[in-house]
Amino acid sequence: MAAQPNPLATGRPVFVVDGSRSPFLRARGRPGPLHASDLAFQAGRALLYRQPFAPRDLDQVIMGCVMPGPQEVNIARVVALRLGCGDRVPAWTVQRNCASGLQALDCAAQDIAAGRCELVLAGGAEAMSHAPLLFGTAMVNWLSALNGARTTGAKLKAVAAFRPAFLKPVIGLLCGLTDPIVSLNMGQTAEILAHRFNISRERMDAYALRSHQRLDQAQQEGHLEEIEPVYDERGKYYAADDGLRADSSLEKLAKLKPVFDRPFGKVTAGNSAQITDGAAWLVLASEDAVKKHGLPVIGRITDSQWAALDPSQMGLGPVHAMAPILQRNGLNSGDIDNWEINEAFAAQVLACLSAWQDEDYCRQELQLDGAFDPIDEQRLNIDGGGVAIGHPVGASGARIALHALRTLQRTGERRAIASLCIGGGQGGALLLERETA
Amino acid sequence: MDTQNDKRDLYTVIDDDNIAWLHFDKQDSSTNVLSASVLEAFYEELLELVERAPRGLVIVSDKPNGFIAGADVREFTRLENHDQALSAIQRGQAVFDRLAALPFPSVALIHGFCLGGGLEMALACRYRVARDDPGTRLGLPEVRLGIHPGFGGSVRLTPLVGALHAMDLMLSGRTVDGRAARRMGFVDHAVPERHLHAAARAMIMDPPFPHRPSKLQALSNHPWVRPLLARVFRHQVSKKAREDHYPAPYALIDVWQEHAGDERAMLHAEAASVADLIVGPTAQNLIRVFLLQETLKALGQKSDFKPAHVHVIGAGIMGGDIAAWCALRGMRVTLADQSPERIAPAVKRAHRLFKRRLKRPRPIQEAMDRLMPDHKGIGVEHADVVIEAIFEDAEAKRSLYQQLEPRMREDAVLATNTSSIPLAELRDVLSKPARLVGIHFFNPVAKMQLVEIVRDDTTDPEVVNRAIRFTRKIDRLPLPVTSTPGFLVNRVLMPYLLEAVELENEGIPAAEIDRQALAFGMPMGPVELADTVGLDICLHVAENLGKHLDTPVPQRLRDLVRQGRLGRKSGEGFYQYKKGKAVKPAPPKGYQPPDSVSDRMILRMLNEVVACLREHVVEEPDHLDGGMVYGTGFAPFRGGPLRYIETVGADTLLQRLGKLEQTLGPRFTPDPGWELVSGFTDEEKTGG
Repeated sequence: MAAQPNPLATGRPVFVVDGSRSPFLRARGRPGPLHASDLAFQAGRALLYRQPFAPRDLDQVIMGCVMPGPQEVNIARVVALRLGCGDRVPAWTVQRNCASGLQALDCAAQDIAAGRCELVLAGGAEAMSHAPLLFGTAMVNWLSALNGARTTGAKLKAVAAFRPAFLKPVIGLLCGLTDPIVSLNMGQTAEILAHRFNISRERMDAYALRSHQRLDQAQQEGHLEEIEPVYDERGKYYAADDGLRADSSLEKLAKLKPVFDRPFGKVTAGNSAQITDGAAWLVLASEDAVKKHGLPVIGRITDSQWAALDPSQMGLGPVHAMAPILQRNGLNSGDIDNWEINEAFAAQVLACLSAWQDEDYCRQELQLDGAFDPIDEQRLNIDGGGVAIGHPVGASGARIALHALRTLQRTGERRAIASLCIGGGQGGALLLERETA
Repeated sequence: MDTQNDKRDLYTVIDDDNIAWLHFDKQDSSTNVLSASVLEAFYEELLELVERAPRGLVIVSDKPNGFIAGADVREFTRLENHDQALSAIQRGQAVFDRLAALPFPSVALIHGFCLGGGLEMALACRYRVARDDPGTRLGLPEVRLGIHPGFGGSVRLTPLVGALHAMDLMLSGRTVDGRAARRMGFVDHAVPERHLHAAARAMIMDPPFPHRPSKLQALSNHPWVRPLLARVFRHQVSKKAREDHYPAPYALIDVWQEHAGDERAMLHAEAASVADLIVGPTAQNLIRVFLLQETLKALGQKSDFKPAHVHVIGAGIMGGDIAAWCALRGMRVTLADQSPERIAPAVKRAHRLFKRRLKRPRPIQEAMDRLMPDHKGIGVEHADVVIEAIFEDAEAKRSLYQQLEPRMREDAVLATNTSSIPLAELRDVLSKPARLVGIHFFNPVAKMQLVEIVRDDTTDPEVVNRAIRFTRKIDRLPLPVTSTPGFLVNRVLMPYLLEAVELENEGIPAAEIDRQALAFGMPMGPVELADTVGLDICLHVAENLGKHLDTPVPQRLRDLVRQGRLGRKSGEGFYQYKKGKAVKPAPPKGYQPPDSVSDRMILRMLNEVVACLREHVVEEPDHLDGGMVYGTGFAPFRGGPLRYIETVGADTLLQRLGKLEQTLGPRFTPDPGWELVSGFTDEEKTGG
């Protein structure tokens, strides 16, 4: 595979100076307490308040969000204005499905590397519990005909054309999670990977259980300090990711029925990422901005890669995105101290691990000379992942990048990778580095 | 092109379409008011306009803050007798009659404040166009000064929009924005700034038929309907104000009931009624209270401090509500406490306040966005004002200040909301002890206008001025007081409350005690007030004050607190509470309370007021009256405690106090300060 140029290596260095996120709040069958813009605002407000610079000093705000609500169409601008960035700070929203938050970081990093910006607030938010119910086309046509009818006769005729079936809502979230090209929902793509790499239900469940256990441990040890509590107007506050099932067990997970391929599938609600609301932000700065405002550096974004593949195998996206980064930088698996591979499905992460070390896969699909060394699972998603924490699609990319950097900071290690699979058949990855003494 | 008044309080420009634009721009004032001289100048201008016969007249204000804020209240205090008042009012009516009778269309182009006489002028125009924004307020608030509209306002508004809307506005004195005014019908168009001139011009170039009330609205003024409606109005008013204390709304209802439908007769009756009221004690005292408020407001002019960010520590009821109020008034606020759990309830209360006050979703969101829960306390470093509102423990406060000071900005104000601890006991931990000031709010923060600014000789006067300025910025009324026990308000209230407890203990029914206090004009009876404040808090304050002021604490209060009867919040105190309302059992049939009930409560309060006067707790005697009216709700129509002493006569009151001392003991011993007020005698009583 021909090495692509990496502007993040040749351009100005890109520093990450701070970040925060909201707790990730599991959807409970009805719209959650806060909209995407509220979550992004509250996490961002706490972050900006503690900066030595003013919100107006930002050069731009970039936010990933797949389905902003009808009142937050360019959600980045809505949130930037609420954050007090003022009229003159441009803000834009990016959408690359499950990696929208990572896309926002990449856009911000490229702009800083290219010298277009000095200080950028980038991240993402999603309130999946607020995904809309939509009228079907038949209902919309009927309403439009009724609206257009002028005479009483025409109106009566239009009314008479109504059929109860028109009322059947289209569930926005299901549409969003279904690939329109291959007509598979995301869970089915995970089933395909499970079949291809021969991943058993038991392995999936064990992986899922470990995700919960790791999150539980991380919460107890205080490894999630990037979380800022959020408050709702009813006097409730949310200080921690509430998708955690600390009492989960293999027995309990085994009892769950498959939800995507019934009745013989293996992917269950228990070994998939949860439907969740959340937001995450990072502050990215140029060297000049770091000096000007005296900002503390957490680390650098040194490389990024986007890749695409067969939509029905979308879960392998991380493999395709991470491989060029390692190649380009002359690294092997052992050089990466911390891996964050977003857990859309337990099966999908396990498939990535298999493909990564599979000679055939690496040769045929990645045009490599051979496989990578296996990824050490003790260095992968060490504080839990989407299965336990949830996967608000706009926010996850920013969450894992921030957490990978915080982990490096905590452990004193050097390199991390943050990567996600992307519905529609893509993958994205960032290489994150910390100066070590 | 234009004619100019000598003083240029107003001037007219005639444009190319032959429309006369009459501008009000009172010199040496930021606000347009209708003083007698402005009215005369306006009259002259009208006469000249009639000569020039323009196509139409548009009245506008050059003041950014509004159209015309009303009559010149200070002139009211110079009226010597009924006849003088009557002729002044009739003169105003004549001027507006001239305006109403112009042979060409007239438009009042309204932005900002359009109150009292200002709105009466607008009502005399054929059309009214108002700016559509929250800052535009129209109303007839005269009842708040103990009078009612006198320049034809009631005569013109009732037929224009019907009696229900009109009387609601005039009896409550409330103000409405342009859009609400248009819905009611007394404004023809409510439009954004960018269309104001086009709208006014359109009214003149192609004059529509003037606004008429709906049939139902018109019916409200029908002679057969008026007696019925008048009864309804009286009943509604009686729930808010007693006729013996506040005669104005009742007088207005009478004028309307008897004369509506006959413009001349109603104008005549309106003028006579206002002339009666304005020289009476209620109006004079309410005007005094209004001017006292202006005096306290003006204290904020001594500093150009521009606070934008407030950090409040302690998210309890007081701290949380202070934070919410500051956010409502446009401040950026960080609210700190030990954990998110402690802050969350304050966020809920704040949201409820914003919803009630701001109504529309976006302003509510803006206020919520300004209020940041801050359990890590990062706001300290940025804040212009840091307010400590934690529990009343000197040691806890001191150690908090020690942590705060190094993190605070050099120029930031450090304030304590303590109600009982002297500054001297708190400040020595600071490297700059002179920076500590008290900003003492009352509960409920959103209702109590008064804020005590507590300082002593050590406090830096500049810090005091900044604290006062901040208080004004959040639209509260600052009252500088010395850092002496109880400051002013609690110190004066406490003997009054404790005497009520004594009376209750002696067997006087609580409901009777409260009834007598209400009859005096207090907003809430002392027993219910004690229950509302919380008996544990009352006891705490009483014990604290008792140490310094030699006021015995009634055993009854201790007993109730020991039994867990803490007042409204525990469901039972002196009264029982059902759904938050006190159950007040009626006294037994034929029960005759002793004569001294009211005197005992009021005289103990007055005795303490006099002591505060003697000790210079406030800067000026007037501040005592202002502080008591706005801080305790002391009967506003009595003009404040010192004015009350002046009205009844110090010697008379002193005698009654002496008698009580003989029978009830030293808690009634007259304070030496009575000497200072004994110059006040019956002769100085205002006429009425």
